[in-house]
Amino acid sequence: MTLADLVPGDIAKLESIDTSDPGVIRLMILGMVEDIIVHLQNRAIGGDPLEVGFFGSSVSVRKEQARHFKVTRMTKSG
Amino acid sequence: MADKPEVTIPVNKIGIRQKAKATITLIGNPNAGKSTLFNRLTGLRQTTANYPGVTVEKHQGTLQLPDQALSLIDLPGIYSLDGDSADERIAVDVILGRMSGTEKPSSLLVVIDATHIYRGLYLLEQLLELQLPTMVALTMIDAATATGINIDVRALEKKLGGIPIYPVSSISGHGLDELKQGLTEITQLKPPLIPASWPELSETAEQLSQQLGANWQRIDVIQALLQTQETLVDQLDKQLGSEIVADIRHRLFEDAHPVAAETRQRYRWIKSVIAGVQEQVPLYLKLGVRLARWTNRPWPATLLFFVVLLLVFQAVFSWAIPLMDAIDDASGALATWIVAQLGHNALSSFLADGVVAGVGSVIIFLPQILILFLFIIILEDSGYLARTSFLMDRVMRSVGLSGQSVIPMLSSFACAVPSIMATRVIPSRKDRIATMMAAPFMTCSARLPIYALLIAAFVPDRPMGWLNLQGIVLFGLYVLGILGGLGTALLLKSSALKGPKPRFVLALPEFRRPNLQTVAIKLLERGSIFIKRAGTIIFAAAMVVWVLAYFPRMDNVEFRATVVQSELSEPSQMENLQSAAQLSQSWLGRIGKVIEPVFVPLGWDWRVSSAVVAGFPAREVVVAVMGTIYAVGSEADDQSLAEKLNAARWPDGRTIFTLPMVLGLLIFYAWCLQCAATLATIRRETNSWRWPIFAWTYMTSIGYIGALVVFQTGSLVST
Repeated sequence: MTLADLVPGDIAKLESIDTSDPGVIRLMILGMVEDIIVHLQNRAIGGDPLEVGFFGSSVSVRKEQARHFKVTRMTKSG
Repeated sequence: MADKPEVTIPVNKIGIRQKAKATITLIGNPNAGKSTLFNRLTGLRQTTANYPGVTVEKHQGTLQLPDQALSLIDLPGIYSLDGDSADERIAVDVILGRMSGTEKPSSLLVVIDATHIYRGLYLLEQLLELQLPTMVALTMIDAATATGINIDVRALEKKLGGIPIYPVSSISGHGLDELKQGLTEITQLKPPLIPASWPELSETAEQLSQQLGANWQRIDVIQALLQTQETLVDQLDKQLGSEIVADIRHRLFEDAHPVAAETRQRYRWIKSVIAGVQEQVPLYLKLGVRLARWTNRPWPATLLFFVVLLLVFQAVFSWAIPLMDAIDDASGALATWIVAQLGHNALSSFLADGVVAGVGSVIIFLPQILILFLFIIILEDSGYLARTSFLMDRVMRSVGLSGQSVIPMLSSFACAVPSIMATRVIPSRKDRIATMMAAPFMTCSARLPIYALLIAAFVPDRPMGWLNLQGIVLFGLYVLGILGGLGTALLLKSSALKGPKPRFVLALPEFRRPNLQTVAIKLLERGSIFIKRAGTIIFAAAMVVWVLAYFPRMDNVEFRATVVQSELSEPSQMENLQSAAQLSQSWLGRIGKVIEPVFVPLGWDWRVSSAVVAGFPAREVVVAVMGTIYAVGSEADDQSLAEKLNAARWPDGRTIFTLPMVLGLLIFYAWCLQCAATLATIRRETNSWRWPIFAWTYMTSIGYIGALVVFQTGSLVST
């Protein structure tokens, strides 16, 4: 399961990251690294991009990059 | 706070008060409150806004303390030293002393937002590799407390190897005095220890730098190893041998991407630090989150976006009217008074028709422009503009750009000049240029006077639901500008500027209540820029136009000869005829008639044509020029410019300002690039003449073609 498969409200843990995409490296610089807990807050029209929250801040992530983040869903809060 | 060193008085301070000027560089993440803190410390005014990348210029200020003055530099916000946008590269180059003409900073004040220390500490850990005296200002400390984040500052200082941390709130002023006191001692701080987040990297780099010699600082070696500075990578390979370098890299990064390895190492350490010093780690902030979530739900958000835009245009039109009427009355009265005092002569005509009518016809739009800017500043400062780039990313992708182009384009509704500078946040040069070519299509505030004049004169003030027809036409013109811009981006991105799909990675700020003082200061700044333009460029243009319209004076004998048959007509009519004849044979009239054939297919007579041509350096001049031309050639000064336009006729008696002609003129103004400042900015930002020349030629051509098509088809339909 990847970050792109989550629905708004989901909380998940980042398991592994495929770093072949330069956009993914930028997201890692912003703090999206393995083992952190993320919260999918929203999606824009058409489901893309995603608004991902972690450590008190939000980042906009396109689906294209979200697919490179493998996650485990932890809970589902409506 | 940090342990204060023993009080020792340096020799040079005994007896004489030294005016030591240490230079302290402020650096931090975008939106960390860096610019606000800079303002609080220096008292200097400058732009601070709530979206990443607004501080595009180098800002310098002085912190005046009782016994000394400190020089402060504010830089664009960055997330790391591996910056990939033009904006971030500027900041990184300045910090690393690689910017020619700028001294390497002697000490750093790292600004960290207390509600976002996770990301702030990452940059701090990188900056510690510079080995400069470093302090931390922990901003928004009250917002953090309000959201339940409690940071043990002492414990954090210890984890960071003794870097002094000053918790401050720029809003309440809490902690500022302590920070100022601390800054006076910044140069006496010892260089920071090896950062604890990845000691292996730092120690390896330190050893290599000693081995390589004085040209290599620890940070240079790190950047060469991380492969973030290409020139350094080559140099290191040359000096050490590429096999040895590859070996070192393998030992540090194994087979991972070097920067990815760095983020993993440093953030792992940061996570453990936060667990030890911060009481609560909220998954997301409560402050404004509900609003943020609702306004980000796809449909409400998009709907809200358009409602906000419509509301802005409605307000621009209806709220400003009483004020505009007052200004109009005042300038009319002033002109009449001048003529009454001085009588009819060159001087009174110059003052009344040239200065008052010309400048007054532009000043009248000040209320509308202030209202427009008020909305834009509030949207900017509340964080809504950043939300729109998230929201509009999909739309922008369809024309080959990304959400990152949205903020420059939206701020272009105010003025294209800062918006072209704001494109620096866009990493790819091709995308950046495409955005620069699209941005000038957005309806800037200088277009507003001509739109407002023509709409008020020729579009009926008819209510349409809770809006009125005039507001809707204005909205339509804004849409026309947006379509022109997006179409241009699409065209360029699928031809000359074809490139890889742009990336879109953006930190989204929370909603914040705009600070009243900041809004007021910015509004004042904008207003005074407009008035200054009216007082200089537009004043000068109005003067030149008056001279061209007033001279050469017609020979009285010549005039009598032409009107000898109308001896019997009333004196006022006689005067009319005289001024019309005078204008027509003036230099302006002669020039106008030479260029008239170019614009006749658009339905413009020589007066409109010469006003439009005079508007090429700055488009709002056109209103001033029309004000002057129609004042010089008109009978009654108590008529407004709109009424005078309505009364304008071709020599054969046909109305000049017909609906197709006015619509064409509006379209011309929606698309044409009449702004020397924009061209100069494009030239500076692209560092080539190619793009400003292209932008001007392209926009002028499609403005002309648009006006031509509308006038010709409109005239066919209406006959």
